[in-house]
Amino acid sequence: VSVNLKAYAGTSLREEDFTTGRVLTETGAARAEYSWDRGVAVGRYLAELREGRLVGCRCQQCQRILFPPRAFCEECFHPTTEWVLLSDFGTIQTFAICHISWDATRVSTPSIPAVIAIDGASPGMGLLHLIGGVAPEKVAVGQRVRAVWRAPEQRKGDITDIEYFTLVEG
Amino acid sequence: MRRVAVVGAGMTRFMRRALETPQELAFEATHQALESSGVAMKDVDVVCIGSAPDAFDGVHMKGEYLAHGSGGWRKPVMRAYVGGGTGVFAPIQGWYHVASGRADVALVVCEEKMSSARPHPQGAFITIFDNLTERQLKPNLVWIFALEMRRYMETYHIPKEQIAQVAVKNKRNALDHPCAQVAADISVEDVLASEILAWPVQRLDISPTSDGAVAILLASEERAKKLTDRPVWIEGVGWNLDTAYWTDRDLAYPQYVENAARMAYQMAGIKEPRREINIVEAYDPFDYKELHHLEGLLMCGKGEAPRLTADGVTRRDGDLPVCPSGGLLGVGNAIAAAGLMKIAEIFWQLRGEAGARQVPGQPRRGLAQAWGDLMQVGTVVVMGT
Repeated sequence: VSVNLKAYAGTSLREEDFTTGRVLTETGAARAEYSWDRGVAVGRYLAELREGRLVGCRCQQCQRILFPPRAFCEECFHPTTEWVLLSDFGTIQTFAICHISWDATRVSTPSIPAVIAIDGASPGMGLLHLIGGVAPEKVAVGQRVRAVWRAPEQRKGDITDIEYFTLVEG
Repeated sequence: MRRVAVVGAGMTRFMRRALETPQELAFEATHQALESSGVAMKDVDVVCIGSAPDAFDGVHMKGEYLAHGSGGWRKPVMRAYVGGGTGVFAPIQGWYHVASGRADVALVVCEEKMSSARPHPQGAFITIFDNLTERQLKPNLVWIFALEMRRYMETYHIPKEQIAQVAVKNKRNALDHPCAQVAADISVEDVLASEILAWPVQRLDISPTSDGAVAILLASEERAKKLTDRPVWIEGVGWNLDTAYWTDRDLAYPQYVENAARMAYQMAGIKEPRREINIVEAYDPFDYKELHHLEGLLMCGKGEAPRLTADGVTRRDGDLPVCPSGGLLGVGNAIAAAGLMKIAEIFWQLRGEAGARQVPGQPRRGLAQAWGDLMQVGTVVVMGT
C-alpha cells in the first residue's frame, strides 16, 4: 500500500454480525458426484493391488521403472508397455503426524501420512500412504517399512487394499 | 519486444470474512488502481483476471463473473490459473499483451473469497489429490505441506525454531500494513506453542484463509512515460511447472522455482541475484516456504536460508529484505490476490511510497514470486526502476 492512498475498502465481518441478523447469507450446496474411469495404467495398478501385488512399469527408452504406474514416460514421452513386479518393502522419504481431518476438525487418533519410496522402482519413486501399527514417536525418515495387506476377501481394488505400511523390525 | 511498466496498483483490506461480494472486492481494488494512477477505464485495452477454480467459492464461470467488477465487459478478457502461483502468473499474462504490442494498457485483477466454502475451504481442495490412487486415504491439504516441510528439515538438519523465525518476522512486518489481517508481535516460543495441525506444521506456521482483491495497471513505455515520472519496469518474467507425480520428486528442493527464476533472470540480465536484487517478496503461505523459495530463487545455497533469517539479513532493514509487506503470514492469504499483493508491494517499495514499511536505501530492483498447484509451479516477476 502506498502513502499516497488514504483508505482501503473492505468490510470485515464478525460472528455477531450473523447471529444478530445484521447481515444475511444465502446457503446452498452443489450436488457434484463423479464416477472416474480408472484408465489403462492405473486400472491395471489397482487390479494388481486386489491380488496383493505392487507393480510398476518400465519405460523402454530410459529403462526407468516408473511408480505409480503410468501409460507413458513423461521424461521420454514414450509409451510404457512392460509391467514389473515390485516389492512390499520401501523407505520413508518423509512423514507427518496429522491431528486434523479434511474439514479441519480435530481427530482423537493422529494419522501418519508418509511418502514411501518402493523397492524395485527407480530410485525415489514412491507413493502416498499411511504408517500404522506403531507409535508416532517411533517413526523416522529413512526407516524401512513394508506393506500390510488386507485379507484377500476384504480387498476392493483400491489403494486401501494396503491397510498401511509398518516399520520393519531390526 | 516492448518494455512494460507497472503504473498503478490498488487493493482491498484482507479479511477473515468480507461483507463485499467477489465482484465488489474486485471493483474496489480496480477502482483504486485506476484513480491513483490517473488511468480511465476507457484506456484499458485488455483485462487479465486471476482467481481460483469455480468449485472453490461456488461461483460458476468466476472469470466472467469477476470481469464485470474489473471493467472487463466488452473488452478482451482472459483468466489464468495456476493454483497459488496465480497472483504472479496473471501479471505475466498482462505483460505479454503489452510487450507484444497488442495492448498499450493492461489491467490485472486478482480476487479470492475463501470464506464462502462450508464447512471449511479445505474441503474444496480435496480433488488436488489423485482421484484414483490417493483420495481413498482421506488426505487433507495440510498433509502435503507437512510432508514437504519435514523433508526440507530432515535433508538440511533445520530445527523448527529457525523456521518459526519467518512467521515472527512477517507477522511483525505486517503491523505496518493497513490492509493486514493477522499482523502480530509474537515470539518464536508462541509459534512453537501453537496448536499442532500436522506435525511439523502448527497453527502459527500457516497463513490464514482470507477474502480480498488486488489490481495493477501495466502500460507500454510510451504510455507509461505520459502517465507517471516513476514507472516501475517489468524486467524479467518466468514460470515453470514440474510433474504432477509429486511422490516421485525430492520435496527438499523446489527445482521448478529455480527454473522459473533462471528464466526471469536471463530476461533481466541478472547474473548474481543475491547482489543485483534488493527486495524479495517470496511466497510465504507457510513459514518454511519462504526459506524454500529463497533457495529456489538462488538467493543462497540449498539449506542456507534459515541462516540468512537468523542473521537478520531478511529483515526489513537487513541486507536482503524478504516480505517487507508482511507477506501471506501477516497480511493474509487471499490466494490469487495475495500473489498480486506481492507485485503491488514491490511497486510501492521501488517508488518509495511504502511509508512505515519502506525498505531503507532506495531499492532499485525487486522480485515477487509465487508457488502452487500440487507443489509444482513457480512464477517469478523481476521489477526495477
